[in-house]
Amino acid sequence: MTDTPTTPSHTNQPLLTMRGIVKRFPGVLALGGVELDVRPGEVHCLLGQNGAGKSTLIKVLSASYQPDEGEIHWDGQPVTLSTPQAAMDLGISTIYQELDLVPDLSVAENIFLGHEVSRAGFSQGSETNRRTRELLARLGHPEISPTRSVGRLSPAAQQIVSMARALSHDTRLLILDEPSAVLDQGEVNNLFRVIRDLTAEGVAVVYISHRLEEIRQIGDRITVLKDGSTVASGLSAADTSTADLIKLMTGRSIEYVFPPRGDAAPTRGEPVLEVIGLELPGVFSGVDLSVHAGEIVGLAGLVGAGRSEILETLYGARRPSAGTVRVLGRELRRGSVPDAVKAGVGLAPEERKSQGLLLDQAIYRNITIATLGRFARLGFLDSRDERRRALTVTESLDVRPAGVDRLVRLLSGGNQQKVVLSRWLLRECRVLLLDEPTRGVDVGARAEIYAVVRSLADSGVAVVVVSSEVEEVLGLADRVLVVREGRVVHEGPASEIDESRVLDLVMEGNAA
Amino acid sequence: MSEHSTSPGTDKDPDLGAVENTVAPSSDTVRVEHAASETEGAARGAGLMSGSFGRNLGLLVALFVICLVGVITTGERFASVDNVVTILRFASIVGVVSIGMTFVITGGGIDLSVGAIVALASVWATTFATQTMAEDTHWLVMVFAALAVGGACGLINGVLIAYGNIVPFIMTLAMLASARGLAEIISERKTQIVRVEGFNDFWSADILGLPLLVVIFALVSVGGWVLFNRTTFGRRTLAVGGNPEAARLAGINVKRHTVLLYVLVGLCCGLAALMFIGRTSTGSSTHGQLLELDVIAAVVIGGTLLTGGRGTIVGTVIGVLIFSTLSNVFVLNNQDSSTQAVAKGVIIVVAVLLQQRLARRSTST
Repeated sequence: MTDTPTTPSHTNQPLLTMRGIVKRFPGVLALGGVELDVRPGEVHCLLGQNGAGKSTLIKVLSASYQPDEGEIHWDGQPVTLSTPQAAMDLGISTIYQELDLVPDLSVAENIFLGHEVSRAGFSQGSETNRRTRELLARLGHPEISPTRSVGRLSPAAQQIVSMARALSHDTRLLILDEPSAVLDQGEVNNLFRVIRDLTAEGVAVVYISHRLEEIRQIGDRITVLKDGSTVASGLSAADTSTADLIKLMTGRSIEYVFPPRGDAAPTRGEPVLEVIGLELPGVFSGVDLSVHAGEIVGLAGLVGAGRSEILETLYGARRPSAGTVRVLGRELRRGSVPDAVKAGVGLAPEERKSQGLLLDQAIYRNITIATLGRFARLGFLDSRDERRRALTVTESLDVRPAGVDRLVRLLSGGNQQKVVLSRWLLRECRVLLLDEPTRGVDVGARAEIYAVVRSLADSGVAVVVVSSEVEEVLGLADRVLVVREGRVVHEGPASEIDESRVLDLVMEGNAA
Repeated sequence: MSEHSTSPGTDKDPDLGAVENTVAPSSDTVRVEHAASETEGAARGAGLMSGSFGRNLGLLVALFVICLVGVITTGERFASVDNVVTILRFASIVGVVSIGMTFVITGGGIDLSVGAIVALASVWATTFATQTMAEDTHWLVMVFAALAVGGACGLINGVLIAYGNIVPFIMTLAMLASARGLAEIISERKTQIVRVEGFNDFWSADILGLPLLVVIFALVSVGGWVLFNRTTFGRRTLAVGGNPEAARLAGINVKRHTVLLYVLVGLCCGLAALMFIGRTSTGSSTHGQLLELDVIAAVVIGGTLLTGGRGTIVGTVIGVLIFSTLSNVFVLNNQDSSTQAVAKGVIIVVAVLLQQRLARRSTST
């Protein structure tokens, strides 16, 4: 296994070369001349902010999109990737950020979907399962049953299934789009091991991630995209400084900064949000939490520890079996979102697209959806006023591009998150619950979102943040709660705990 | 919600004009600035209008082509005022139900039971008992009965779908079977003739030279358009149909809204039943046979998305007119109903194909 970032031996002939790739969408130049070289056996990282064109580039590579201009060479031969099948036949496999599995089919059926193991048209169940077991074992997950339905697997296991599907083809180029977004640290390590195994066999990997530390760990070379063009290529993943990379991505040099905490001690007085003995059977129990005006409380823990469920339950989206939630002293009805919203609670959910947004509606409609009554007289809406107020908020959060009539689907991840935040900003909520507020959000936009959250807190909002990134929880929050297996195992000021201590608490066996 | 602001950028003051609040990324302070933002909003609004106009244009072209065929093949007989009124009267009953259906489909549901509800409401409103009561008091008793039956059926559909978690397709299929069955039991499969004079007089009257049925269709269309495009109810319908989970997490009571949608279409069915009774002077368990197909076809070729989240009242109205005009042209040409049915099928496919083209072009601008 070669995991050193030195150039592997058999590599000077690139496997894939893209030259001057241009892709236009009506009114938008998504790609304006992208250059990319990928050598066999390397992990080639693609860096860029949201909206830089990474996703479009991947879709061109997997032939979901046809480029308007440019050349693609495969093994030195010019090729046209006319259909996804053609790309697959060459050996290009893609694992998308949003996993494209069929939840009601079994693991084996998903892996061999489209190229079923069959004889004379009859599928060969036992052979399929045998080969599935082989693939899963190769990926280090022999415990996943081939006959289990995919919908019942954890996100991490689902990703393993996606990888197995890619490997079930004769893959020479594997594209991974933010594979670590849904994984915790142990699973990320396993993913890296699998990637190293593959590259040792000569498979090329295109790796997309927002996490620079991962890129350092796994990457060989880096190509940076900005505004649809390649601004740097072939950079060494090991030797290029973070500052340089950020400068290339943003075109400006910024620090990955968290806004300073307010110096006023916010824990005095009555809490805005008070949770006592909250319990959701089988998920978490005995959760106590109080948040004061102006305070940001962070929940750290592994994926599946119950962090998101705690947020959703106190928001009323799940019905607890025990416990009370009070906002400004008023007890909320159990399991009633409208009651929580009425009391001034807002949630930016974990799955932005499927839980937070109306993708095919205009921005302003997504923002005013929680405040409709305010724009209505006898049920009649004043949509001019709606647009005006929505614009005020989106401009204050610097949602780009400006304007509130664009469909939310067309925005990048960071800007979509800002739209969700705008909704609750407009509502003037007293308690803001943020579940993975920066997932899929690029470095520049992250800093902006942190600043917005802090300024909201400074104006008196009580904020609860859940994040898989310990650094984010520690940097943003005033106080941290560590959750492990449905229980709060630590509570204390963020300034008095460091990342390794949190990781200790979070991992099994090392708890205090 | 409380009116005192607790977060930046949300001071509610309508007199301030366009207020822009800025949270600079690099600072944690909040600045309030003034900006002229009205013009852009207005311009984008116009852009959106042209988008939906583009979608409706295809339908208008189809309607125009059908009219052209009518004029060419039958000339004066088609292009007379009387015939146009006939087409509109023919369209009115399907039209009223289609407006209700547009809401249900946009809200992510479907109602297969509309024809059966019309039958049940028409029977219930014309039973001996109801008519006797109407004669003793006022004919509005019949109106009330029909609307109450329609609304109640919708309520049952809605409650079982929203709170009983029954798939709309199955629930309304069950209602389709049982409502018409109940109508047959009540009427003993006999046609019930209306003998209440006041009712007959009112429903056969003309208003400004137009039959009452056409006027009702027009009023329901306008009312439906306003409800759909200008009210919180309409906006919530789009949200509930487009992404129920996001709507729920934004604080909308999705279940209650779903119930209201089915009650709304139920009320439309009650009204349609009255129109049936008015037109034929009878109530019968055979009224509204296969009405659900005509209604759903009209709504869908109108441009409302079957998966929910997007709908158009104008499109629905044009869709209804296309089908009634088509039938009229066929009848005037002495074609039988079988040929008509084939043409209907072709029209549905062509219209949807055409629409997809135009929709793609208009959303991409």
